Amino acid sequence: MSPNTNNYYVPSPSLWPLIASIALFLMAGGFAMQMNDIASGNFVLIAGVLVFFYLLYGWFRDVVKESLSGFYNKQVDVSFRWSMGWFIFSEVMFFAGFFGALFYIRNISLNWISQSTLAWPGYSSWTEFTSTWPTNGPAATQALEAMSPWGLPAINTLILLVSGATLTYAHWGLMKNNRKQLTVGLILTIALGAIFLYLQAHEYAEAAFTMDSGIYGSTFYLLTGFHGLHVTMGTIMLAIVLFRVLKGHFDSHNHFAFEAVAWYWHFVDVVWLFLFIFVYWL
Amino acid sequence: MSTNTATHHDDHGHPTGIMRWVASTNHKDIGTLYLWFSFFMFLFAGALALGIRAELFQPGLQFLEPENFNRLTTLHGLIMIFGAIMPAFVGFANWMIPLMIGASDLAFPRLNNMSFWLMIPAALLLMTSIFVPGGAIAGGWTMYPPLSVQNPSMSVDMSILALHILGVSSIVGSINIITTILNMRAPGMTMMKMPLFVWTWLITAFLLIASMPVLAGALTMLLTDRHFGTSFFDAAGGGDPVLWQHVFWFFGHPEVYIMILPAFGLISTIIPTFARKPLFGYASMVYATAAIALLSFVVWAHHMFTTGMPVAGQLFFMYSTMLISIPTGVKVFNWVATMWRGSMTFETPMLFSIAVVFLFTIGGFSGLVCAILPVDIQVQDTYYVVAHFHYVLFSGAAMSIMGAVYYWLPKWTGFMYDETLGKWHFWLTTIAFNVTFFPMHFTGLAGMPRRVPDYALQFAEFNMISSFGAFALGISQLLFLYIVVKCIKGGTKADAKPWDGAEGLEWTVPSPAPFHTFEVPPTVK
Repeated sequence: MSPNTNNYYVPSPSLWPLIASIALFLMAGGFAMQMNDIASGNFVLIAGVLVFFYLLYGWFRDVVKESLSGFYNKQVDVSFRWSMGWFIFSEVMFFAGFFGALFYIRNISLNWISQSTLAWPGYSSWTEFTSTWPTNGPAATQALEAMSPWGLPAINTLILLVSGATLTYAHWGLMKNNRKQLTVGLILTIALGAIFLYLQAHEYAEAAFTMDSGIYGSTFYLLTGFHGLHVTMGTIMLAIVLFRVLKGHFDSHNHFAFEAVAWYWHFVDVVWLFLFIFVYWL
Repeated sequence: MSTNTATHHDDHGHPTGIMRWVASTNHKDIGTLYLWFSFFMFLFAGALALGIRAELFQPGLQFLEPENFNRLTTLHGLIMIFGAIMPAFVGFANWMIPLMIGASDLAFPRLNNMSFWLMIPAALLLMTSIFVPGGAIAGGWTMYPPLSVQNPSMSVDMSILALHILGVSSIVGSINIITTILNMRAPGMTMMKMPLFVWTWLITAFLLIASMPVLAGALTMLLTDRHFGTSFFDAAGGGDPVLWQHVFWFFGHPEVYIMILPAFGLISTIIPTFARKPLFGYASMVYATAAIALLSFVVWAHHMFTTGMPVAGQLFFMYSTMLISIPTGVKVFNWVATMWRGSMTFETPMLFSIAVVFLFTIGGFSGLVCAILPVDIQVQDTYYVVAHFHYVLFSGAAMSIMGAVYYWLPKWTGFMYDETLGKWHFWLTTIAFNVTFFPMHFTGLAGMPRRVPDYALQFAEFNMISSFGAFALGISQLLFLYIVVKCIKGGTKADAKPWDGAEGLEWTVPSPAPFHTFEVPPTVK
């Protein structure tokens, strides 16, 4: 199996796509059952998640093997770069949808509710409602205690910004073939990511409001929750890169996996800055 | 799986039997899978439409409970859009883009197969949701809250998750296609030499990557509103049901162009072949496509003129929508100018293409009518809108797909299709389509509301005509199936280039196209 670096690499037939399809079918079906209180849903969902992790492990292992065997020439590398860029763009649009919803609610629709003069049954009591942010809505019976930006969120901002710097420090190490700097930088970044996640979980546990707390709770938990999920994925990806570094993979020319994860990590950083400004602060 | 990597790609054989298809990394095989899948979904969703038309054949309730009627309209829309039209275009992209740009395959063949195989669980979830307690999703394919939040049926969750999976499939597929076009072109194939079908898919893939994640966000909000206590679409909690419409249509309007831009690409390929002239205004076609794509992100609220918006907003969306008719007009002009003084012949693909130019333009004009704010307030949610979007989606998207199938069947199968039967299929489809949908302009302008199983007596004649047309249209598609199967089984041998006016790299490889093509990229002058 000598690598042919002249031609574009076309992999031989693979069952991973079918396994991906089975995993998503089990996960979606199980989740739908679980949400509708069908007892066996949990088992189907867990089975799907297990198949999914097996898929991730197996498919990425194959890709790493192919990469180490030199099947990926320059052109394949460029394909990887384009595709990772477009993938991150799709993620940007995912968060843009939620931010758009937040802005629409805050700037447009809450004003409409507060300006409502309709005296229909069920609506009449809302004439007292004034548009403020944060709010848990005109029908809420309890006052809302919003999250202050200058406690944990500010610390978390600092942590993520520093983690961006440590990751760049690791990248410099890789470029200079300084494996120690690379390893230390990666370990620091992973540790900062883990601390961020711990503090975020702590913040959730201590919060005086939940997802049920009207539109503030809805937007807060979905935006920060999806961001946290992305930090989790980023941390796992960084851990895999660290594992590969310790096994001696990557050199100063050939390390796209490292760069892709770094792009992703910086993207997650930027999303956090928007969250800090528009969800916690303003 | 490690054995798979051990057998290297220099091995030119391929697995046989079922493994050839489920494990495929070949763009042609995966394209074939996509095309067959979309054809079966087309027949399935078409059968649902015949259920609708059977009920509407006469006023009063004959066959269907009103709830079931709503389920049919909803599933018909969802499956036609996500199961038939979109996968068909991806099928063409798979088969033709590597052949057109001189690439050996798509950039990521395994991801390509994953994009296809993710369609299957999504289709299963949508189709089995018919049988769960509470019945299939019934609030229309746009899934507006509060109906979609309040409907307790598990089918709504299944549909939401099915759309999530389809979204993953679309995004992965689009990243693959965009990367292929940007990075896998043969030497000399500059961007402005690419066939227009490749250009339209490049822009469509961009639209998909930009809009499908927004749909994913909206669906997630819907799911959490249903089950996890959020109040995005509930005014009592400070949310707004109209928020869904904004987020949904921010996806939904680009989605409309996702379903028509590749059709423009197909038409722009077929017309020059049979007019035996190069495409008129190639560069302007590219710019027009890009302009349509960019404008598609700033017109979404024209779907919601009657749901409450400040006048300034309504005016903005009215004018931006009308602006789209300019680049679209450029395209129609260029197609007509391509045919002008050409030595035209009228084989089946050309017949379909000319019909698309005529009928899509009717749909474009009725769209312009709908864009005019005061008119839209009258025709909103009437059959006029149904007529409008079937003229763009059936006689725009679906008929261009049919024409393109005839155009490339010789390349795919190595045999010529039966020209006489093809022409029969064309005329039956075109006439039946118009019999079905043209009267809806009249019923709609007269005020017949859509998505209602019963109607006032004054609409009876037109509805009866529409229903006759619909059944003729449905049955005609069985002829299409027969022609395709007949062509696969044999017939007159096709040359490498069966159309004497055809241009492009795909005609430089033999018919049928070998399993592997362009392993050494050709040089384009």
